[in-house]
Amino acid sequence: MKVIVCVKQVPDTSGKVAVKPDGTLDRASMLTIINPDDLNAVEAALKLKDETGCEVVVVTMGPPPAEKMLREIIAMGADRGVLISGREFGGSDTFATSQIIAAGIQHMGLDDDDIVMCGRQAIDGDTAQVGPQIAEKLNLPQITYAGDIKVEGNEVIVKRMLEDGFMNIKMKKPCLITCIKELNEPRYMSTYGIFSAYEKPVDVYDYNTLKDEPLIDPNTIGLQGSPTNILVSFTPPLKGAGRILEGADKSTADELTAILEKKHII
Amino acid sequence: MDFKLTKEQQLAQELFRKFAQTEIKPLAHDMDESEQMDMELLGKMSRYGFFGIPYAKEYGGAGGDNLTYTLCMEEVSKQDGSCGITISVHTSLCCSCINDFGTEEQKQKYLRPLVDGSAYGCFGLTEPNAGSDVQGAQTVAVQDGDDWVINGSKIFTTNSWFADTCIVFAVTDKTVPVSKGLTAFIVDLKNTPGVNVQENIKRMGIRAAQNCIVTYDDVRVSKDRVLGQLNKGFKIAMKALDGGRIGIAAQSVGLAQGAIDETIEYVKVREQFGKPIAAFQNTQFKLAEMQTKVDAARLMTWRAATAKDNHEDYSSLAAMAKLFASDVANQVTREAVQLFGGYGYCREYPVERMMRDAKITEIYEGTSEVMKMVISGHMDLKKKK
Amino acid sequence: MEIYDSSKIEQFKDVWVFCEQRQGVVQPTSYELISEGRRLADELGCKLYALLLGDNVADKCKEVAGYGADGVVLCESPLLKNYTTDGYTKVIVDVVKQMKPEVVLFGATYIGRDLGPRCAARLHTGLCADCTHLDVAVPVYQEFLTGASTLAPERIAGTSSAMVMGQPHDVSHDLKMTRPAFGGHLMATIICPRFRPAMATVRPGVMKKAPFDQKVADAAEIIKPAFELSEADFETEILAIEKAAKKLVDLIGADYIVSVGRGIAKDVEGGIALGQQLADELGGVLGGSRVTVDSGWLSADHQVGQTGKTVHPKVYIALGISGAIQHKAGMQDSECIIAVNTNPSAPMFEIADYGIVGDLFKVVPMLIESIKAAKAAK
Repeated sequence: MKVIVCVKQVPDTSGKVAVKPDGTLDRASMLTIINPDDLNAVEAALKLKDETGCEVVVVTMGPPPAEKMLREIIAMGADRGVLISGREFGGSDTFATSQIIAAGIQHMGLDDDDIVMCGRQAIDGDTAQVGPQIAEKLNLPQITYAGDIKVEGNEVIVKRMLEDGFMNIKMKKPCLITCIKELNEPRYMSTYGIFSAYEKPVDVYDYNTLKDEPLIDPNTIGLQGSPTNILVSFTPPLKGAGRILEGADKSTADELTAILEKKHII
Repeated sequence: MDFKLTKEQQLAQELFRKFAQTEIKPLAHDMDESEQMDMELLGKMSRYGFFGIPYAKEYGGAGGDNLTYTLCMEEVSKQDGSCGITISVHTSLCCSCINDFGTEEQKQKYLRPLVDGSAYGCFGLTEPNAGSDVQGAQTVAVQDGDDWVINGSKIFTTNSWFADTCIVFAVTDKTVPVSKGLTAFIVDLKNTPGVNVQENIKRMGIRAAQNCIVTYDDVRVSKDRVLGQLNKGFKIAMKALDGGRIGIAAQSVGLAQGAIDETIEYVKVREQFGKPIAAFQNTQFKLAEMQTKVDAARLMTWRAATAKDNHEDYSSLAAMAKLFASDVANQVTREAVQLFGGYGYCREYPVERMMRDAKITEIYEGTSEVMKMVISGHMDLKKKK
Repeated sequence: MEIYDSSKIEQFKDVWVFCEQRQGVVQPTSYELISEGRRLADELGCKLYALLLGDNVADKCKEVAGYGADGVVLCESPLLKNYTTDGYTKVIVDVVKQMKPEVVLFGATYIGRDLGPRCAARLHTGLCADCTHLDVAVPVYQEFLTGASTLAPERIAGTSSAMVMGQPHDVSHDLKMTRPAFGGHLMATIICPRFRPAMATVRPGVMKKAPFDQKVADAAEIIKPAFELSEADFETEILAIEKAAKKLVDLIGADYIVSVGRGIAKDVEGGIALGQQLADELGGVLGGSRVTVDSGWLSADHQVGQTGKTVHPKVYIALGISGAIQHKAGMQDSECIIAVNTNPSAPMFEIADYGIVGDLFKVVPMLIESIKAAKAAK
């Protein structure tokens, strides 16, 4: 069994978000992190490795510097990495991105007892679409929003969270699971892992590597393979400045109460 | 000359920084107040390999280097000096003795659990009457058949409260000066009759570290626990302390940098005379001086660690790094308290703890005065012209 | 038989809204989407259909149609009783291929976001996730941009066409799907110009629900298209469905929210109690920032923010919350924001309508007393 974990390098939006004058994101000026939900998928995979000794392969699509993220995850305990990188893949929306990652997974070989894991969604786009669309393109059953995962033989039982409860769902491997942050607490790298991380394999798949895969076609990747286009991106106007009430004593509290009264809140 | 960290060292620094900020920082205040080490926290640090950094993978270590170890010491000590010394004593003093002087069998048996994260180590050299001057040592070991029987007491044995393994130094030949008649033993602290670890000694700083008196009453160990050659223990102790000084220098850098980091956050929000105190030139210049000193101390520490990694003579480099860095730690933490003003003196804020923690760096693993002896000893002062 | 081709956009007509029901209960966001879908259908000059899947749910048709639908596309089967990705995707793809709607909307719920991507991928079309604003008519869209963006008028005017595959493309018949990214720091409008249906998941709580109209409900036509579904289509099996044991906090529908943040750290229990008291006084609910949930002070259902819930209450009171981007993303559209924080440069004050610089442990008890007194005086 192997677990293939799909991860994404994203800008760290907990710091300052830099926007260029044309309304697009200034990615170069922002620090990058591993997408938080993806770390829960990594942890779920590493837990399975701890229990069963299975192989954990971490896959990302991104520019060459994304290799560092793969090394970090290898330092957490993953066995090897795959970096899907190429100019031809640029400009892909979720449809085309999932097409390319699915092709990458087919290229590395998906066995009958394998599991693909993804984070619920990435904090840059927040689409939550790439995971299910990879499943669709690989013709795999999926369970999203996993709050608990049990693997028993060739079956997987997942607690799938809903807004007001959960479902327990069973499916057969191979399959795809998307993970939420409540699933687990991701581990750190270890020094043991760090000093082996650069000795383990990270394969780079470019367009030439994948061009013979059935899913790869100029009409299914990059801008041309993306059904959606951005009409315009923009920044919302800043809200007008508010008012800081004087002091922090009883009269201030009374002043605020008067405002609430005036607004018919109390 | 290249001042860049390797890819592995950069990853390790990220790990240490993130871990220390997330896991250690929230506990540091309470551990200091209660004078207790959080054993769950130590367990996590072992699991993530903080206790086996510069030791070979073939013995279960991380396969890293001494420079990476200083990065760990700095990041951990930025948040808590007690956790720093706990790692340092284990790594620099206990493990290094076995690594450098142990037989293959001793390394497999005693070093492996220490560096793979399953055991803790400590180092028993200092005695009530033998601090800087080892000549006063009174702990003795006498041979009895295939065993050695140890009697005496050691003070300030850091980590002894929870440690599994201790390197105990005892006089085995009373007919010669102690430096020529001292032997190192590997003692199992938990399962050996006659070993008695007393309560944590009340101290000014690094209060969460477990620093105890350990008494040895007819403690019987087999001869295969003799570390290195008989009567050559003094050399083992001195070599371990040389390395330990790199760790203490890094701890000092961490304490000082931690105080600066806290101060920067504080001066940006603390307002006096209608503006944040960060806007005053006195604040800016003070912080500039503090940061410059810390950076110099860090470079000296890294140089000593690199010399050790390259198997060069680092004894003097380590002593200079510790002498300078420990002085900087004291100056900088004191200035940090000053910039915090009255709040800096309050235990609610971390800088007073850092100031208390800093003092010990001028004392343990060789006082600053001993450092000057080591450094001047390398300066050919006694050679006649 | 004709081969289904999602790029033959002229063959597609009508707006569909997927109505999510669970155990026979229609989820409230479905009504919001029907109401919004009505406007889009009118702008497109076409009909609006609710798409309802389930087992024995025919009685729900009028219930959903009354919010503005011309009809209901009803697919019933015992195999559709509970939501499954396999079954629902199969049936929706089947009926979309038969009836060719040009727009399909889903609620961006846990189920909608599972189902939408799967359907879009199988139908070879585009899907825009978690939309907060939808338009078809260009003048209406441009008016929206004028108020909601910092774009220059000439750039807004330029949005009537787009470059698509190197060619200018008139967007007047495209669904313009606007959504936040990067926690609301950036907004983007997405179109799906070359394929149909244009699909979107829409954030719950954002669209306004119209009043229920019995006449509309009674007039709605019910269509039951043929579809094929058998046990063999299922690769997953539901073992159990459970409601959360604990009643979860309903932040989304709340008019008044009092949220606590890192500022309660020195007395977590006391801080939470104060927040709850103030919320009770206002008839509102207690929320929290990410740190309060990550630290285990509050359960996850209290979390407001990018990774928590997005809320639009009438009043949002932030106690000891500095205002990290990820938190602001979840509450900045509140009608009135009140912030209490000891740090005058906390980013929360930048978006607050009213602010008090002070310790919440001192300010909040006084505020509670003051509100009580004001109520008593009435």
